Formats: sequence, C-alpha cells, structure tokens
Amino acid sequence: MQKVFPFFLEAAWITVLLSVLTTILGLILGIIGASARLSRFALLRFLGAAYVSVFRGTPALIQLFILYFGGPQIGIQLDAFEAGVIGLGINAGAYMTETMRGAIIAIDKGQIEAARTVGMSRGLTMRYVVLPQAMRLMIRPLGVNINAMIKATALVAAISVVELTYTAQRFIGSTYKPFEMFLIAGLLYMIIIYITGQAVAWLDRKARIT
Amino acid sequence: MGLDFTVIPQYMDIILWGALWTILITLGAAVVSFVGGIVLAVIALYGPTPVRLPFRIFSFLFMGTPLLLQLFLIYFGLVQIGIDVPAFMAGIIGLGLHFAVYNSELFQTGILAVDTGQIEAARTLGLSRMQALRKVVVPQAIRDVIPPIGNNMIALLKDSALVSVIGVSELTLSAQRAIGSTYRPFEFYVLVAVIYYIINIFMEAAQRRIERRVQASR
Repeated sequence: MQKVFPFFLEAAWITVLLSVLTTILGLILGIIGASARLSRFALLRFLGAAYVSVFRGTPALIQLFILYFGGPQIGIQLDAFEAGVIGLGINAGAYMTETMRGAIIAIDKGQIEAARTVGMSRGLTMRYVVLPQAMRLMIRPLGVNINAMIKATALVAAISVVELTYTAQRFIGSTYKPFEMFLIAGLLYMIIIYITGQAVAWLDRKARIT
Repeated sequence: MGLDFTVIPQYMDIILWGALWTILITLGAAVVSFVGGIVLAVIALYGPTPVRLPFRIFSFLFMGTPLLLQLFLIYFGLVQIGIDVPAFMAGIIGLGLHFAVYNSELFQTGILAVDTGQIEAARTLGLSRMQALRKVVVPQAIRDVIPPIGNNMIALLKDSALVSVIGVSELTLSAQRAIGSTYRPFEFYVLVAVIYYIINIFMEAAQRRIERRVQASR
C-alpha cells in the first residue's frame, strides 16, 4: 500500500493541473459563448446556441475521442494531456455559457431601461449595472459546473493521461484490490473537490458583503 | 490522411446495434436510478440511524467521485467478491447506482416539500406510516421533481458512453470496433456523436411531453 501512494499523489497533481487549466479555458469560452448568445446579431446568437446545444447534447467522452483520435486526420496533432485540456475545456465552456447567460438575464430589465434612460450606453450599462450584479449571481452555479468538471477530468483516463482514475485502474489491474484503490483515488478526488468548494463559498461570501 | 465518409455504410449495422444497446442500457439504468433514488431518499429521511449512516457514506462517496472510477470499482469489485456479472449488467448497475444517488437528493427535497399536514391527515385516517409514505407523500414528490429527474436521465444517456471502457458493446465501443478495422476515427466518432445527439433530442421531446402532462394533472 505504501508503494502505490507516491504514484497516487503524482496522479492527483495531474488531476489538479487538468482541472485548473480546464476551468480557465471553460471560463474564457463561457464568457465568449454568453456574449454571443446575448448578442444583437442573430448570426452570433445562432452560433452561441449551436455551440451549447452540440457540446451539451453529445457525450464528453466522444468529444475527446474526436479531438484526440480524429484530430490528426484534419491536421490537429495534440498529445493526450493537451487534447484532454482542450476537449474538456470546450465541453465545460458550453455549460458555463448557459450559467453565465442565466445570471445575466436574471437581472431586472427595469434596471437596464433605467440606466439607458439616464443616458448610459449599452456597453456602460453592461459594465456598471448588469455585470457587477450578475457576476455575484453566477459564482455559486459556476462552482457547481466546476465540481462536475473536476469529476469529468476522469474521462481523460480513456486517452491514457496518467491522472487519478487511470492510476487507480492500473493498480486495480496489478494488485486486484479494487476497493482499496477506489478509496485512495476517491479520497483524493474528494479533497480536491472540497478545497474547490470552500474556495467558491469564500468567493461567494466576499461578493455578498459588497 | 483526408476524410472519407464512404466507409460508413458498410459498418452501419454494427453501429446501429450499438445504438440499440445504448438505448437499452440507458433505459435499464434509468429504472434502477429511479427506483433506487426513491428507496435511498426514504431511507435517508425515515430510516433508523444505524441504517442511515452507511447510506449517507455511500451517497457521499458516490457524489464526490467520478463515474468512471465507480465503474471500475463495480466491475472489478464484483468479480473480486466472486460475483461474475456480464459487462452490460455491471454497466447498468454502475450507471444506475450513480444516478440513484443524484435522484435521491431530488426525491428528498420533493418529499420534504409535501405539506406535513397531509401526513398527519393520512395518519389520522388510519394509514400506517409506510402507507402514508407510499400512497400520499411519494406520488406527490415524484410529480414535483419530474423536470430535474428528466435532466438527470439525459445526463445518464451521455454518461452511458463510459461503459464502453469496461467492455460493454454499446454505441461507443461499436464505433471503436469499426475504427479498429478502418482506421477512420474522425468519421466514426462524428457519426456516433450525431446518433447520441438524435437520441438526446428524442429524450428532450419526451421530457417536455411528460412535463406538460404532469402540469395538467396538478
């Protein structure tokens, strides 16, 4: 048991790295997606909606496979880790697009009308009236997205990234101790998720005071 | 290597069989997760403490870890304790239990939302606790949580792709087989994504219909 532990710790680090990079990419794509979905231009709205529908309507595992195994056929060469980050990030971005859009449209229309009436431009209204409030509203639901995404990083085990689930699977195969390996990996996942949850709750409290 | 979608028709029967298996596994796991969710919710709320605790730990573990890891545990764990189940059964059990835990959370809020006055009234009329739960509380709770449960079932369809990893010949693994002999991953994975998307659309339509019916029965 002591022998496997260092491998699990190293794997947990890869899972953390994957989660952080995927979250950053997901947030960026979420901002772009939500802006597109709320755009004045019908074409952008359509593209935003199509992005959300396609990536939420198909399994993340298949999206990863298309990128990693199918990518070389259309000239995209990525190693497994890169494919994992990009594939999961694009998938997470679709969910985050909907979360951000939901928070923005939850802001009372009357406020927007009032801001426009006092002479603020659309951009100014967004920046000073809508977004400060919407950002507070979206912290918690984005936390839920991130929680789901951390668990989804396990999928990259299927393209042989040596993260927690892959490591657990490998040691289940070599030690025939499925319960023990599951508990070690599971505990490490729960620690990562717990710390992330605390960070989100802290941010949420911070945002609430102001 | 360019794209060549003309290889697809030759393998269409394997892919469609895979799609059929995906639908069967999704349905099987949906039933397990629905019934299991209700049982878990009732135990979590009304069970005696010594029963409640292990169930709480079980839920906690299943909500905090990835489905793929749980599938490995169930598949290899069952074999280790001497139960040799076929892969598709392990897949249904794994998917079913995973979503039962999530459904249980929904059922619990649904059950708690039913007015306590109704339970008191049922008890006053002479129904036992169990009868009151079964005939009065749970049916109303189910009706209230149908929309979010529907969302879980759509998530279940997409997560059913994971059981390919433990060797269930569903849609994803069928595609892998076809790719094994054609070396055309892009074409087949895109095809499979389209098929999942179509099943997904049907499930969403079914969900909307059920929701409308539930709304009407209120």
